[in-house]
Amino acid sequence: MTAATASQTIGPYWHLLEDKSWANLTRFGAEGERIALIGTITDGDGLPVGDACVELWQPSPAASPTWDGFGRAATDVGGNYCFVTLKPGPVGGAPGANTPQAPHVALTLFARGLLIHLQTRAYFDGDPLNESDPLLASLDPPRRATLVARPVGEQNGIPTWRMDIRLQGVDETVFLEI
Amino acid sequence: MTDMPDLPFRPFSPGSQPALDNPQYGSTAKRHPNHALVRLPMGQTVTEMSAPRFSPTRYPAVVDMTHGKNALGERIIVQGRVLDEEGRPQPGVMIEVWQANAAGRYDHARDQHDAPLDPNFHGTGLVFTDADGRYSFTTIKPGAYPWRNHHNAWRPNHIHYSLFGAGFAQRMITQMYFPGDPLLALDPIFQCTPDEATRNRLIAAFDLDVTQPEWALGYTFDFVLRGRGQTPFEENHP
Ligand SMILES: [Fe+3]
Repeated sequence: MTAATASQTIGPYWHLLEDKSWANLTRFGAEGERIALIGTITDGDGLPVGDACVELWQPSPAASPTWDGFGRAATDVGGNYCFVTLKPGPVGGAPGANTPQAPHVALTLFARGLLIHLQTRAYFDGDPLNESDPLLASLDPPRRATLVARPVGEQNGIPTWRMDIRLQGVDETVFLEI
Repeated sequence: MTDMPDLPFRPFSPGSQPALDNPQYGSTAKRHPNHALVRLPMGQTVTEMSAPRFSPTRYPAVVDMTHGKNALGERIIVQGRVLDEEGRPQPGVMIEVWQANAAGRYDHARDQHDAPLDPNFHGTGLVFTDADGRYSFTTIKPGAYPWRNHHNAWRPNHIHYSLFGAGFAQRMITQMYFPGDPLLALDPIFQCTPDEATRNRLIAAFDLDVTQPEWALGYTFDFVLRGRGQTPFEENHP
């Protein structure tokens, strides 16, 4: 067996790849409830992470010709990211497991200073399945709260959820080993 | 895309991946989490085991990063395969490529290195692996450039890559280096991979069979994505 290739940092110049339209997962005309997912990424000093690449992947709703379920957004100088996507539904758990997972999206962070990406999830506050979600249920309440996006009204007429991400320190976000 | 779609991806081999905290690389200091990463209590799920699939129909391939123009520098062909840890070819992998120009300057507003831009070279490519996991593209050899990590710090010549495999747990971003570069021994980013053999696989091999007469030097570089299997940590540590 040959070990997987080593990760290396995305560095500060990854924006050469950026296509701003990728931040809108509904750009091909997907059907469903549109939402915005926004947030601010800060470092161990509370300073904004202004050069991050944030990727969003959600297996729900299922892929279709107009729906990749994938998006990418750059943070601005204030560390802010913004996606427009479809509200996900519940998905199955691990193969053979009975407990469904609460609706969530996977978020992956790449940035200068991250030699390998960080992975987390955004769940949706108030969803009745959150109580029984295997990951959320395994965390104590302060840590669990870092994975739950909160409703913050509407942005451009779209229901908007906020999930701030703290890389280090007080209120540090839960990052996953997958 | 795989013959074992329901099996989870194996954990990374010990030492094959860099630590998030690396005192030699200053930018990690305030950006690495202090808490240990949390293992999913239910194991990998559809969220980790499936992934978006990209096709050149919607995302057009760019296999000549010089766009047929007279980009300055040493023209090179890079080719190789994307495999999993068992050596199985990985078809349909989208590979994004970006790099500095031959002078060591990125065509990026935040790159203020006092080296010339090349109007004939932007520095991005996009390739897809074929049914045998093979890819190939043409570019120019990127130059070394300074960075301010430590006194007189220079990045070795390198090309950046981003790969999308069949599972989101395979998502990978890495860098490829060139053989014989004296800066490799001094570069904290290259050196951050603990396992020496895995680290050295980040160096492409000069390949005379890929080199085309009167046209371009050839390099071979293979990527390895995490494999699927039922190998829990315990089996590695009996
Ligand atoms: Fe670079």
